[in-house]
Amino acid sequence: MKYARPLLAALVLMAALALAACGETKNDENAASDGAKSTPTASGEANPNAEIPKGLKTVSIPKQLGNPYEEFEHSGIDEALKELGGSNRISGPTDAGASTQIPIINAAVQQKPDAIIIAGNDPDAVAPALKQAAAKGIKIVGMDSDVAPDARSVFINQVTTELVGKNQVESIARQINNKGEIAILSATANATNQNAWIKVMKETLKDPKYKDIKLVKVAYGDDDDQKSFQETQGLIQAYPNLKGIISPTTVGVAAAARYLSTSPQKGKIKLTGLGFPNQMRKFVKDGTVEEFQLWVPKDVGYLAGQAAAALVAGRITGKEGEKFKAGRLGDYTIGANGEIVLGPLTTFTAKNIDNFDF
Amino acid sequence: VRDVQTETATPEAAPVARAARGDWRALFGRWEALLIGLLVLLAIAGQIISAEFLTTDSFTTGSLDLSEVALMALPLTLVIVAAEIDLSVASVLALSSAVMAYLWNHGQPVETIIPVCIVVGALCGAFNGFLVTRLGLPSLAVTIGTLALFRGLAFVVIGDQSVTDFPALWTDRAFGNFAGTFVPDTMVLFALLAAAFAVVLHATPFGRSIYAIGANEEAAYFSGLRVKRVKLILFMLSGAVAGLAGVVISLRNSTAAANVGQGFELTVITAVLLGGVSIFGGRGTIAGVILALVLLGGIQKALLLSESISSYWIQIVTGTLLVGSVLGPNLARRVAEARRRRSRPLPEEGS
Repeated sequence: MKYARPLLAALVLMAALALAACGETKNDENAASDGAKSTPTASGEANPNAEIPKGLKTVSIPKQLGNPYEEFEHSGIDEALKELGGSNRISGPTDAGASTQIPIINAAVQQKPDAIIIAGNDPDAVAPALKQAAAKGIKIVGMDSDVAPDARSVFINQVTTELVGKNQVESIARQINNKGEIAILSATANATNQNAWIKVMKETLKDPKYKDIKLVKVAYGDDDDQKSFQETQGLIQAYPNLKGIISPTTVGVAAAARYLSTSPQKGKIKLTGLGFPNQMRKFVKDGTVEEFQLWVPKDVGYLAGQAAAALVAGRITGKEGEKFKAGRLGDYTIGANGEIVLGPLTTFTAKNIDNFDF
Repeated sequence: VRDVQTETATPEAAPVARAARGDWRALFGRWEALLIGLLVLLAIAGQIISAEFLTTDSFTTGSLDLSEVALMALPLTLVIVAAEIDLSVASVLALSSAVMAYLWNHGQPVETIIPVCIVVGALCGAFNGFLVTRLGLPSLAVTIGTLALFRGLAFVVIGDQSVTDFPALWTDRAFGNFAGTFVPDTMVLFALLAAAFAVVLHATPFGRSIYAIGANEEAAYFSGLRVKRVKLILFMLSGAVAGLAGVVISLRNSTAAANVGQGFELTVITAVLLGGVSIFGGRGTIAGVILALVLLGGIQKALLLSESISSYWIQIVTGTLLVGSVLGPNLARRVAEARRRRSRPLPEEGS
């Protein structure tokens, strides 16, 4: 055992280093970790009439570079900042790992922007770096996917579960004149957001004005184009009186539209859902789809940019109930936990679809 | 052309190559000197890119970002000097992080979790080492396999969830600076380990045997060195430090998850090779690797601070440096060899 000693020595050294300065700290002693989570945000009073400083500089950090959806979101931030006489720089990691945004945040802090707008890959991994940024006076805005609430002042939520469920039912009800059988074409059976939306849809359908609408089936296309296509076909065969389909998934709604566009029921069975205008455009133009919905990613970014400027100016501090004007989008009020909801879904029809490119 | 090819392709050419290496050193000076030169260039370029480059802030955040890579580069230096490779380090790090999350969820104190994670890492290394030394498989193939295997295990242990409620005492320790200075705690840990590894590699018989094995495994074996055991120990050390790095990254980010450190193996290997460690074994120093780490960290920081360069360039630069640090010495050697050949008559083997 000639080498046992150096090996042992190295291992002991490592263990000793790791254990240097002890003190039992267990999971059940949550007080220890909670102590560090005091809120650094929401200090001072908001002044709704404060001037927005000229030459505002922000850095926006997407989850990952090269994602077209995120590029639309961040182009909205650029738009808002330009409108306010400032500028935004997009700086993101090349992969969406839990900790890849940290070096980006650290570098951004060194450049001393007025605000950082971030879509978090991991809500907690980025929190220490963001808190350090906040300690240096940089305002933090969460967007799209939230970071730990104590690591940002406000969070821009594109939509709420309630609004998706409600708006989707309203959309199909409009098209079938509040009467007839409908089905839902979802993604996977255990998708959390889908199930939450479907639950709200079922609640909404209990409203007396929808008493003649009957939800006959929830089908699952697994967010797979082929499977969604076949499920649509199955629904139509199984329910000859079917009047409408809601597909709150971009894959599902596009596949359903593709099936309907070549079937005899084209235009007779109504379809709505959450879809991208670029994917749905041809089905709207050829009369398969009257309307569908989604939030506008550019508006998410625009609102984030406006909120960042309002924070820097001191018009808002992130407290619940504070109000501010977000440029072309109008007035917003901060909700619980610093959340700002963009608003109801945008409905795309033949009239307006050409205004949207995403 | 034919002669050059046969010479470099056969192990018998080693003495010739070494003589040529001497020529090349005389030409450029030591590799470390080259790295210091590059560091000076980087300092100038970095300062042009951003006035924030040469600041203590840059050092603090830049070195913190590189903590785990720096730690893992130390034992990997020894592995590569012994003419082996360990591509699984980043996956061991992830597995360690996942084990940490699992144990924390099951009510274990951090003080227990840390040694367990180091042992888990060492076991992963032992598995690599066993396959390489006892079954005689090439470490490149083995550790590509375990790169996937250990990462997969990490996802089995903890799935796609993450654990974030570690005690502030420990996360502050991993994230904070040492005693009010601008030096992160993790860099102090690195400095201590670097000193230990430097002593082991450069000032012990064990270290000497690593060079011997890397330079000529057969000769080392016949001169009585326990080649397999040395290699097994090196793989275990690599695993153990990767396990420790898994703890560091989890505490530093207050997040333990199975997807941490993806692609770190590339950066670690780049640091080691850029540090002048020969991919063919037998040559390299800890000091060179430390210089390479500073250079890599500095380049990353400069690119991040630049207002106009996308972070895609970090990958491009890392990849280029990796290829460059393997290609550079090789090309230099061939040039030196060709020149030597021209100035002297061909050896008799040409007939």
